[in-house]
Amino acid sequence: MTAAPARTGTAIGMAGLTVRFSTRRSQTTALDDVSLDIEPGEFVTIVGPSGCGKSTLLKIVAGLVRPTSGEVSLLERPVRGPQKEIGFVFQKAALLEWRGARANILLQAEMRGMDRTKAARRADELIEMTGLTGFEKALPHELSGGMQQRVALCRALLHAPPVLLMDEPFGALDALTREQMNAELHRIWRETGTTVVLVTHSIAEAVFLGTRVVVMSARPGRIIRTFPVELPAHRDYAQVMSDPRFDRLATDLRGLLGSAAANH
Amino acid sequence: MTENALHTAGRQAAATATGTPAGSASTSGAGTSTVVGPPPGTGGRPPRPTLGRRAVAVADSLWRPALVLAALFAAWWFVAAQEYVPNYLVPTPGQVWTTMTEQWSELARHTLVTLYETVLGFVLAAALGLAAAVAIAYSRTLDKALYPIVLFAQVIPKIAIAPLLVVWFGLGLTPKVILAVLIAFFPVVISGVAGLRSTDPELLDLAATMGAGPWRTFRKIRFPNALPHLMAGLKVAVTLAVVGAVVGEFVGASEGLGYVLLLANGNLDAPLLFADLILMSAIGIVLFVLVEIAEALLIPWHASRRAGVSLTTS
Ligand SMILES: Nc1ncnc2c1ncn2[C@@H]1O[C@H](COP(=O)(O)OP(=O)(O)OP(=O)(O)O)[C@@H](O)[C@H]1O
Ligand SMILES: [Mg+2]
Repeated sequence: MTAAPARTGTAIGMAGLTVRFSTRRSQTTALDDVSLDIEPGEFVTIVGPSGCGKSTLLKIVAGLVRPTSGEVSLLERPVRGPQKEIGFVFQKAALLEWRGARANILLQAEMRGMDRTKAARRADELIEMTGLTGFEKALPHELSGGMQQRVALCRALLHAPPVLLMDEPFGALDALTREQMNAELHRIWRETGTTVVLVTHSIAEAVFLGTRVVVMSARPGRIIRTFPVELPAHRDYAQVMSDPRFDRLATDLRGLLGSAAANH
Repeated sequence: MTENALHTAGRQAAATATGTPAGSASTSGAGTSTVVGPPPGTGGRPPRPTLGRRAVAVADSLWRPALVLAALFAAWWFVAAQEYVPNYLVPTPGQVWTTMTEQWSELARHTLVTLYETVLGFVLAAALGLAAAVAIAYSRTLDKALYPIVLFAQVIPKIAIAPLLVVWFGLGLTPKVILAVLIAFFPVVISGVAGLRSTDPELLDLAATMGAGPWRTFRKIRFPNALPHLMAGLKVAVTLAVVGAVVGEFVGASEGLGYVLLLANGNLDAPLLFADLILMSAIGIVLFVLVEIAEALLIPWHASRRAGVSLTTS
C-alpha cells in the first residue's frame, strides 16, 4: 500500500469465529467458523445475502458482540471489550436527534476529550468534503436519509481512526451521490492508509473500493471465497467501470452470490 | 388546559410556516463535478415562526376552550342570579369577586403558603424521583429491589397517610411537603425510568466505540434522550403536588388554601369557598405552565414540540 508507517502483522485477526444467538423462541447460528486476517492498510469489502451475519461480524471486531467461540484481535491486541481505536459507521445512522449535523459529528470529539479547536476545524473540512455545507445546524429529522448517513460517516472519520468499520454506509444514498462518496472514500483511504472493512450489498461498490472482496454464504454465515481485486491502487470511477477486469470480477461475484442465496 | 389542542394547532401552524426553497449543496467529488440538490423539504432549517404567526396560532388554539369556559361561566351566572339554586349554595360571580377583593390580603397570604408547600414538594419529588430513576435504570440489583416497591407503594392511598404525618410532624410545613413529595414522586420515577431505558442500544454501542465512560454517556446521550419522557412525568407531578399540599392542609393546619377551604365549609361561606377553589386552580395552572415553558426550552427538538407553537412559548 501507499505511505506505510511501520506496519507489521495483522490489523484485524479473526480465527474460528462462531456466533449463536439464543432467544426464548429460537436459536440462530449467525456466524459459523469465520477466519480472516486483514493486513494494515487493506480495504476489505464484505458481501453476502441479508441476515448472514455481516453486521454481527463487524460488531465482534469492535468488541460490541462477544463471539460464542473463536478469537479476535485488533491491532495485535485481543478484543475483550468495546474498542476505541476504531471509527464505526452503523447500518442505521444512529444520530442524536437533539443535535445539529455539526454537533453530531463533534460528539466524537466530546466523548474522547479531543482538542476542541482542532476537532472543530476537522469537522468543517469533513462537512465540506461530504457536501453537507449549509446544513451544519440542521437537526437529523430535517436531513434526508442520505445526508444522515454522511453525517455518521463524518463522525466516524473525525478522530482519524487507524481502523474504519463501515456497515452499509451508503445504503440510503442515491446512485450519483453514492458514486461520489465512493470516490471520496477511496481518496481518503489512499491518503491516510486506514484499514477499512466495509459491508455492502452493491457489487460495484465492493469491487471499486476493495483490495479484497469477501463473499459470505447465507445463514449460518461462512466465508465462501475471497477475491483479490486486481485493479490499480489508484482508481478512477469511470475507468474502473469500463475495465474488463471489473466486469469479470463483478460477474463472478454475482454468480456466487446468486448461488449462495439459492442454496439457502 | 387542553394540551392536545395546543399541540395540534402548533403543528398546523408549523406546516404552513415551513417549505422555503432549499439551499443546494455541491458535493466535491473526485473527477465528477455534479451539483446535487438536496431532496425537497429538507432544505436548511425551517424558519422560526414569526411573532404574528405565533400569535395567530395561539389565538386559534385558545378560542374554542375559551368559548366553552365563557359558556360555563354564563350558565353559572344565570343559575346563580336567577336563584334556581339558593345563593348560600351557589354564589353569583359578583359575590365571589367581592369576597376575593375584600379578603385579598388574607387570601394572598394563604395562597403563598400553599404555593410554597407545593413548589418545595414538587422540587424535592423531582430530585428524588430522578435520582431513583437513575439508580433503577443503571443497577440491575436496585431495579429488582426498588422498582417493585415503588410500584407497590403506589397502591397505598397516600391521602390516608396524612393523619399519621400530622401525628408525627405536627401542624407545620413538614407533613404537607412530605405528602406532596409522596404523591408527586411516582410519575417522576416511572417516566424517568421509561425515558432512560428508551435509549437506542445502537447509541450506547456508539458511545462504547468512542471510549466514553458511563458519566459522559449519561450526560451526552441517555439523559437528553430521557428528557421528553421525564418532562411528561414532571407535568403530571406538578399538578399532583398541589393535591398533596392541599390534602395535607385539610388534615391539620393553621394556614394555607386547604385550611381556608375547611373554614369556609364550616361557615357555609360559599363565596369564600369558590374564591378559594379558583386560587387553588390558579396555582396548579401557573405551575403547569411553568413546566411547559421549561419543556419548550429544554427539548425544542422533540417531535411533540417541533416548531410547535404552544400557549406558553410565545
Ligand atoms: N442481538 C441479536 N439477538 C438475536 N439474534 C440476532 C441478534 N443480532 C443478529 N441476530 C441474528 O443474526 C443474524 C445475522 O444478523 P446480522 O444483522 O449480522 O445480518 P446482516 O448480514 O448484517 O444482514 P443485513 O444485510 O440484512 O444487514 C440474523 O439472522 C439475525 O436475526
Ligand atoms: Mg447488517
